[in-house]
Amino acid sequence: MKSLEELAAIRDKMKHVASTRRAAHDAKRVAVAMGTCGINAGARAVLNAFTEAVAGAGLEDVMVTQTGCIGLCSQEPVARVILDGQETVYVNLTPEKARRIVAEHLKGGKPVEEYAIGR
Amino acid sequence: MYRSNVMVCGGTGCTSSGSDAIARAFEEEIRAVGLEKEVRVVRTGCFGLCALGPVVVIYPEGTFYSMVKEEHVKEIVDEHLLKGRPVTKYLYSETVAEDGSVKALDDTPFYRKQLRIALRNCGRIDPENIEEYIAFDGYRALGKVLTEMTPEQVIQTVLDSGLRGRGGAGFPTGLKWRFAAGNAADQKYVCCNADEGDPGAFMDRSILEGDPHVVIEAMAIAAYAIGASQGYIYVRAEYPIAVHRLQVAIAQARQYGLLGRDIFGTGFDFDVDVKLGAGAFVCGEETALMTSIEGKRGEPRPRPPFPAVKGLFGKPTILNNVETYANVPQIILNGADWFRAMGTEKSKGTKVFALGGKINNTGLVEIPMGTTLRTIVEEIGGGIPGGKKFKAAQTGGPSGGCIPASLIDTPIDYDNLIAIGSMMGSGGLIVMDEDTCMVDIAKFFLEFTVDESCGKCTPCRVGTKRLLELLNKITDGKGTMEDLDKITELAEFIKANSLCGLGQTAPNPVLSTLRYFRDEYVEHIRNKRCPAGVCKALLNYQIDPVKCKGCTLCARACPAGAISGTVRQPHRIDTAKCVKCGACMEKCKFGAISKG
Repeated sequence: MKSLEELAAIRDKMKHVASTRRAAHDAKRVAVAMGTCGINAGARAVLNAFTEAVAGAGLEDVMVTQTGCIGLCSQEPVARVILDGQETVYVNLTPEKARRIVAEHLKGGKPVEEYAIGR
Repeated sequence: MYRSNVMVCGGTGCTSSGSDAIARAFEEEIRAVGLEKEVRVVRTGCFGLCALGPVVVIYPEGTFYSMVKEEHVKEIVDEHLLKGRPVTKYLYSETVAEDGSVKALDDTPFYRKQLRIALRNCGRIDPENIEEYIAFDGYRALGKVLTEMTPEQVIQTVLDSGLRGRGGAGFPTGLKWRFAAGNAADQKYVCCNADEGDPGAFMDRSILEGDPHVVIEAMAIAAYAIGASQGYIYVRAEYPIAVHRLQVAIAQARQYGLLGRDIFGTGFDFDVDVKLGAGAFVCGEETALMTSIEGKRGEPRPRPPFPAVKGLFGKPTILNNVETYANVPQIILNGADWFRAMGTEKSKGTKVFALGGKINNTGLVEIPMGTTLRTIVEEIGGGIPGGKKFKAAQTGGPSGGCIPASLIDTPIDYDNLIAIGSMMGSGGLIVMDEDTCMVDIAKFFLEFTVDESCGKCTPCRVGTKRLLELLNKITDGKGTMEDLDKITELAEFIKANSLCGLGQTAPNPVLSTLRYFRDEYVEHIRNKRCPAGVCKALLNYQIDPVKCKGCTLCARACPAGAISGTVRQPHRIDTAKCVKCGACMEKCKFGAISKG
């Protein structure tokens, strides 16, 4: 270790580990429905896309987690995005849609209306 | 990239109840469902709630599974990790609300009043991975010290923070560093005392197991401050997990150039070696510890000269405790004022206690100085099992004393504990209920110091032995009231004349119990009675002939053949044969047997 920059580079590389373990920051949350229906429809790929996109965007205060079936089995994969007390439900998701939601909604603050229901 | 982390406690407590097998089971089950690229299993240090181990915490949610068994693992993986449904029946019950929702761990009584600074990384990082330590600001304080601060500024910051030695005596850490910095020498040393020996204490072990790099980083900071280039960590060989993780950490720090030559390109050189202690209690005393590192028999020597002048190998040396070091990097990063804002007027920051004895939540707790004993026992500790009454708490181990129920609202800090005849000590806190005999407790600690006295000076070697004989006389029912005066006189003599801290503090448990529980001593002497029903020589077991149904269970349980009687007739105990083991009382279904 010959400089502070080297240390900072390691810290940066490990940023995702640190933010994953800052428990219970419930204010900003993505919950991907992982019931049997969701998993069948490809929710795991969506979940992983959310995880990577959130980390890639440097959104350390957003927790990506799972939830059970929320009853919309015909429109899985489904995810709930909870931001500052406001909940948005997204349906028929794909990894690409997940990345767009991270960029526009979680980072940009503007829900992606065309993927959302009940708004 | 892992979306979820399964943190399995790898501290000594949970390891001994099988947490390693649980971690392996998690790894297998996670592979079985194909989640190995999404979920990672990490073996961590202690979470603190040892009573409910093995503990597993799953992030990002922070859900806390307690008393996990191997057979629970598959269900947790299938439900929680795959489908996102925490298995509430295996969760720590305090984290499950009445409606079945999961509460944050920080909202539970055990964690709510705690403030984890020395333990901040315990349970949060993989102690065998230096990059995880760096992820949580590790080695940033060392970088700051080497590139932005002069040694004098480092010392002043530590001094201003008010940090005092966590090994028990409470000497200001910054002052110790300043003395050593002021003595010019061609070689100086920085040592770490990890020879934790108090019965029931495991604070230092847990820090080394959960966050070994914090100690290495702090020692490097201390070395820079006083002008040393070599450090030694003296740790007891009975701590195999701690020793292993320290060695891994040192090797990694060397590999990353955080130990060795020219650290951060500043020209500062520092390295650390581990010295294993063979477990002698006296080697926790600073001069004995250094003598032992030198390869000699671990015996203390008179001070002065103090180690800051003439320590290890005759060179200026500082010796700090593990927990003291664990506070240092945070003080450097957050500033002295941040640290000073916590605690009481003369005791700043937090203190880690190993909570044990008659308490529900046995474990490791870190609280701000000034927290009352009541908060620790009733809230954090979850009270006393079996609805029994709190009688006293023992702090400071064999060097300390007890705090009686009447003083349960005393704010805990260095000076208050000294004022009430106990001491902070390294952090063992043993809770006692009404079934504890205070004379017996004094005897227990004195037996320990008699065993552990190194024998170099007479007041300690002979004095503690004679003191123990006086206590034995009392618990055998042969004591006299004059013995109480003799005990006090002898105890004061041992305190005043012993060579080192071991002897100087050995009589404290006796003096303190005599101060607060004199009536118990008197009861043993005058009425030949042990009020708590502990001292065997003073006990008699009896069978109530009215309650006894003559079921013969007790007679069959008695190992001494002391119980006689025919079926369906009241039995009786032959007191001459009775060995007072209590086996009969445990077996009796009718509550017919009593002791007293």
